[in-house]
Amino acid sequence: MNRIQQKLKEDKKLLSIYFSAGYPNLNDTVSIIQNLEKSGVDMIEIGLPFSDPLADGPTIQASSTQALKNGMTTEILFNQLKDIRKSVSIPLIIMGYFNPILQYGVEAFCKTCQEIGIDGLIIPDLPVDVYNEQYKATFEKHGLINVFLITPQTSVDRINFIDSISNGFIYMVSSASVTGSNSGFGDEQTAYFKRISDMHLKNPQIVGFGISNNETFTQATQHAKGAIIGSAFIKHLSQFGVSKISDFVNTILR
Amino acid sequence: MKKTYNINKKGYYGEFGGAYIPEMLYPNVEELRQNYLKIMAEPSFKEEFDHLLKDYVGRPSPLYFAKRLSEKYNTKIYLKREDLNHTGAHKVNNTIGQILMAQRLGKTRIIAETGAGQHGVATATVCALMGLKCIVYMGEIDIARQAPNVARMKMLGAEVRPALSGSRTLKDATNEAIRDWINNPVDTHYIIGSVVGPHPYPDMVARFQAIVSEEIQWQLKDKEGTTKPDYVIACVGGGSNAAGAFYHYLDDTDVKLIAVEAAGKGIHSGESAATSVLGKEGIIHGSKTLLMQTNDGQITEPYSISAGLDYPGVGPMHAHLYTSGRAEFISITDDEAMTAGLELSQLEGIIPAIETSHSLAIFNQKKFKENDIVVINLSGRGDKDLQNYIDYFKL
Repeated sequence: MNRIQQKLKEDKKLLSIYFSAGYPNLNDTVSIIQNLEKSGVDMIEIGLPFSDPLADGPTIQASSTQALKNGMTTEILFNQLKDIRKSVSIPLIIMGYFNPILQYGVEAFCKTCQEIGIDGLIIPDLPVDVYNEQYKATFEKHGLINVFLITPQTSVDRINFIDSISNGFIYMVSSASVTGSNSGFGDEQTAYFKRISDMHLKNPQIVGFGISNNETFTQATQHAKGAIIGSAFIKHLSQFGVSKISDFVNTILR
Repeated sequence: MKKTYNINKKGYYGEFGGAYIPEMLYPNVEELRQNYLKIMAEPSFKEEFDHLLKDYVGRPSPLYFAKRLSEKYNTKIYLKREDLNHTGAHKVNNTIGQILMAQRLGKTRIIAETGAGQHGVATATVCALMGLKCIVYMGEIDIARQAPNVARMKMLGAEVRPALSGSRTLKDATNEAIRDWINNPVDTHYIIGSVVGPHPYPDMVARFQAIVSEEIQWQLKDKEGTTKPDYVIACVGGGSNAAGAFYHYLDDTDVKLIAVEAAGKGIHSGESAATSVLGKEGIIHGSKTLLMQTNDGQITEPYSISAGLDYPGVGPMHAHLYTSGRAEFISITDDEAMTAGLELSQLEGIIPAIETSHSLAIFNQKKFKENDIVVINLSGRGDKDLQNYIDYFKL
């Protein structure tokens, strides 16, 4: 069984952390992953930086731009990760925009992910129908779980369709926004989390966008299996560095 | 089935196009996709669109026989005078169409991206006309370079927001507009300025610009007794004026299509915007098309003296016209374009936009027969470029 599926079976609320690979320094990737695992995080999203990250707010844009300036490429990231399974067992997901993956070659990208021990992919601008028609078989052949996003505007029919072609979890975007905006959730979001939870989908939901501290993590996971933190973690990383990762994780899971 | 160079049911031109967008944008784009053809077919829409094009924009724009230019190059050259439209370019055809679309979709807030500011001005204009709130994203660098257009937008009541990310030019202004749309999915319509972006934008914008070739057909019939020129020539950045000039001729291979791209300082100088030559298939702003990028799939920054042509991608229609061989693509350098702009000014008394000057430079690269009918889309006037012309020619 895939590590993500295994993790989702655990009887706890899951904390997933996103970071941009190659930031703050080109070669921080492995130590960030190791530190996150040690600190008790449940899942990690490794951001493959892109020049034009449409769905991201200023914090992730800036870390992505800096990572590219530091020289990060798909090839270098794969090289950094090639022995990662010797030191960590935590589920690893690569999150990136479609163009760099397309240029690498989707089949080659999936194959390398499998060799490294990557468990899943999140590609926000790969449309559901294109995935389903052209790439699903390739992802599955290489044991990769593809994670789709839903938002408060996603229709019930579409949520059901996404659920039917997913085999891990559904990434529930908390509100109509890019990453890193808002602070705190209101009744509207809570009602939306509950509405989705009440659909009893076959895939559990993990909430992302707008989670930054213990309070928002608790709110988000009241009706969901887990939550993802990106921008707030990157801000902490910028300020305090790789050695203080556990401090951040402790404030969330306290 | 007859071969077509137009869009197919799934939103592709050949293998190019589609809607490669994050799920957050799906409801907006899907709403538009489901409604745009229906709305455009409504009699009340057509009536209002035609009325505004006539009385507000000043259409039909003349198809002018350029006598002295024709004598010089020994062929028959007609200029489609989009430069005479209100706001000075073809851009307004699309913004009129889209503002009517936005109203019918119940939207109350308009966003747009702009490079040189032409599309921003055309959007601010129609928003003023309809009394809708208007926010234009413009790269911080472009804001500094294009002060008069920034002032025009402000005077028209629009808010100009600087795009501070990435290279702080057109592509980043587009990213910022898309992010705004993600943040405001319900009340906002995004008026994209060219035949780029996710389906249905390339097709919708092409249809609004199609008035250009529709008029060429009957105007040429009046003047030459045929609806078909031998050549239609237009410059291509994103490709909206070319899409309009080509539209009714796409599937009529008697009419040869020529797209002129900006070579900048030379195709292999590292400072160019010739996407067909330098680009590879990829995804930009929600569309699969040809785009300039690194081997690693990072989108690179193009260069042209003309701010309207320095887009790293090209509309999917044009990517398909290029790879299928339906259109010939020619690249023109800054210097060739500037010289051609000066030549048109002095032979015909028309100062063209630098974008358009690229198409006019074609006569030094390609010879036409004496009785060839060559239509050039004169997409915009040169007022906005005066400072560039002054600097270049030390006027």
